[in-house]
Amino acid sequence: MSRDLIIQAIVSGLLMGLIYALVAVGLSLIFGLMEIVNFAHGEFLMLAMFTTFWFWALGGLDPLFSLPLVAAILALAGIAVHFGIIRRLLKAPMLAQVCGTFGLGVALRAGAQFLWTPDFRTVTNPLIAGRVQIGPIFIGQPQLVAGIICLMSFVALWLFVTRTETGLGLQATAQDRQAAAVMGIPTERMSALGWATGLGCVGIAGSMLSTFYYIFPEVGVNFALLAFVAVALGGFGSILGSLVAGVLIGLIESLGGLLLDPSYKTLIVFGLYLAVVIVRPHGLFGRF
Amino acid sequence: MPGDHARMLEAARGERLWPRAPLWMVALGAAGSVLLLAYPFIFKASFSHHMMILILLYALMAQSWNVVAGFSGQISLGHAIFFGIGAYSSTVLFAKYGLTPWAGLLVGMLLSALAAVAIGVPTLRLRGHYFAIATLLIGSSVQIVFQRWDWVGAASGLYVPIDRTSPWFYLQFHTSKVPYYYLALAAAAAGYLLVWKLRRSRFGFRLQALRDEPEAAASLGIAIARHKVLAFMISAAMMSVAGTFYGQYVLVLDPERLFSVEISILVLLMTVLGGSGTLWGPALGAAVLVPLSEYSRIWFGGTGRTIDLIIYGILILLVCMWRPSGILSLFEERIRRRAGVTP
Amino acid sequence: MSLLLDVQGVTKRYGGLTANADITFDVNEGEIVGIIGPNGAGKSTLFDLITGFQPLDAGRVLLGGRDITGLRPDRISRLGVARTFQKLKPFPDLTVTENVIVGALAHTADMRTARDQALEQLAFVDLLEKRNNFARELSTGQRKRLELARALAMSPRLILMDEVTGGVDQRTISGLIDLVLALKTRGLTIVTIEHNMQVIMRLADRILALHAGRRIAFGVPEEVRREPAVVDAYLGTVPDAA
Repeated sequence: MSRDLIIQAIVSGLLMGLIYALVAVGLSLIFGLMEIVNFAHGEFLMLAMFTTFWFWALGGLDPLFSLPLVAAILALAGIAVHFGIIRRLLKAPMLAQVCGTFGLGVALRAGAQFLWTPDFRTVTNPLIAGRVQIGPIFIGQPQLVAGIICLMSFVALWLFVTRTETGLGLQATAQDRQAAAVMGIPTERMSALGWATGLGCVGIAGSMLSTFYYIFPEVGVNFALLAFVAVALGGFGSILGSLVAGVLIGLIESLGGLLLDPSYKTLIVFGLYLAVVIVRPHGLFGRF
Repeated sequence: MPGDHARMLEAARGERLWPRAPLWMVALGAAGSVLLLAYPFIFKASFSHHMMILILLYALMAQSWNVVAGFSGQISLGHAIFFGIGAYSSTVLFAKYGLTPWAGLLVGMLLSALAAVAIGVPTLRLRGHYFAIATLLIGSSVQIVFQRWDWVGAASGLYVPIDRTSPWFYLQFHTSKVPYYYLALAAAAAGYLLVWKLRRSRFGFRLQALRDEPEAAASLGIAIARHKVLAFMISAAMMSVAGTFYGQYVLVLDPERLFSVEISILVLLMTVLGGSGTLWGPALGAAVLVPLSEYSRIWFGGTGRTIDLIIYGILILLVCMWRPSGILSLFEERIRRRAGVTP
Repeated sequence: MSLLLDVQGVTKRYGGLTANADITFDVNEGEIVGIIGPNGAGKSTLFDLITGFQPLDAGRVLLGGRDITGLRPDRISRLGVARTFQKLKPFPDLTVTENVIVGALAHTADMRTARDQALEQLAFVDLLEKRNNFARELSTGQRKRLELARALAMSPRLILMDEVTGGVDQRTISGLIDLVLALKTRGLTIVTIEHNMQVIMRLADRILALHAGRRIAFGVPEEVRREPAVVDAYLGTVPDAA
């Protein structure tokens, strides 16, 4: 195993990990705010990817330009989901909460398959294409740009949550909803904001993924599983945790695929999930 | 006051241990039993036999999910794995070693129960969401394993060897579906009888206690982990039985189908729709959804499966949003609350 | 009188906060020990440590001479320790009788026996009327009595009660006091956390006073209420029993 191959795997794992992280942080935010695990998370990623695809295929809009649009659409979807569905689910027992979002995911997946067939799509010749060579390593430009944008999004999210009044309101609601309400924070709106932000992140990730990944109805399933593991590893409710965990999972997946049979990646990830929740249930940085 | 109390206590002690089912329900049950027993002779079309066989098998599977989720509160999103294990166990043993599927049935139950222990011991102590995620991952992993495992046919699956010489020994009937029907009925009846006994037993009550308030349950001497794992094992074994019978019925095993999300979703939906934690909820769910699924296949042909999933997903969501305790919960509650309850 | 519960130097820390610091006290068989202290003094945490719901950082707990430190909560319950919770936990989808049956099932496998015992406990706490209602339909005062009945159905040696009179009206309180005294007559050993000073003065044989996680007094009520630290913590003298 050449040293170059390993470095190559590390770099691509890192970049992919940043995308996993951005997907995971949405999940983490939502759980931190209202203790609901969004089992339809992967399907929203898939929808973001398809939205990007259709903007490109029908409107000729390059993913780089449709990025803000897709993010906005997903954010709006988040608000709609919160007010339309989640608010009711919050009153139901946990069984209903889990099954509810699970059912939503199934319906979205099947709906996509019905509307757009299970065929794989790609965004051919996007604006950002080709490879960059750094030393002995080749990095796909789309992957590099995706990684950078995801990292920037993380920074923006971090600043938003820690430096703005609204962001602090989000944190307060996540930590103690009752206390936040008593202090005059509009907790209902905070929850909606959490969904908007969470799905907005998914929108960015999906948009970037479309530039180099296959787009098909089942694509969200694996990303969701990896996101669950990332959130469990990083700690539900922790932004930094999602980042670290996402990157770690990207690395493990990449190196694992290199050293072992790539088709057993899910098993490796599952083993990792088990190890984490048993050994350290709160994850690296989490509160739950 | 003391005199009143003593009298009330005496009266209470004299009450039946369990509420008596109302007359209309007993009559309905009797009629239903007669109908089920005579069904193949009333409805002679092969398709109607096929439909009922599926309803009965799914009723059993849904009840299996009910045991682990409705009664003990553990949400399994990958329950299909036990179905697949049941089907594969009996078929592999039959195809490779000529072992009668009846023995395969028992082996399948054992293997499923062992799998439940292996999965359950590390994961059942986790909080609800974490456990649900774990079951998703497991479901996915097991499907991948079976799709790559050459010894069991990998992605091409397995064919159950055809043998027309001794139908009951080889558990396959080629001239008529009627024996399959009675086998499915027997299996479902056994499963429901088990749950009927279970939910009024010491084990059943303690399960429901730990489902609702695990801390209070622990303070009342209930060993939480042990009970959860046991419930999981029972559930897995029931699912496995359905799997074995299904394998012998369709005579071909396809890992994509057997371990599919669709099956995991269906058993979940049937129970949630009918009423989780009730005895007959899963059966009601099966009776509603199996015909729906079969007819959608007829009307929509190839895309039927996709449309099915859309409908199931939306149905689950709607039920969870508007009536999470399911259809029958209201009925069963009214029965459990007897006459003379003070408001 | 023999020693039933022996708590030695028990400590619990949460990161920087010490919830219980080196708490020592004991309970004799047939006694009622009351635990008092302002909010946040660590009373409920102490219960959690004794009953195994939380691991302790230092110290030991002995039940009838046997070390039960670190045992699982259900194990400790089966050794004869019952408890009620401050935040009530009835089994909402079971009837009142079925709730108490769960308690009785701790020591019997026969459903009929369990049901009869449950009815007895319900008669004792005066909830027989509601026996066929679902637990979620009860008022707070009724839920408290249900929780007590359920714990008693285990036939415990020792019962830890967390704020039995909290949130109930005056009339119900005197009924509850009579109940607890009746339990003592039955031979039960009781440790009870209480905010209501008058209740504690009437019930307790000895009182443990906690403040900021530390024990500030332990002894007979007359001594404890004269203890300066206790007076300080409660902003004035503890009133006489009514």
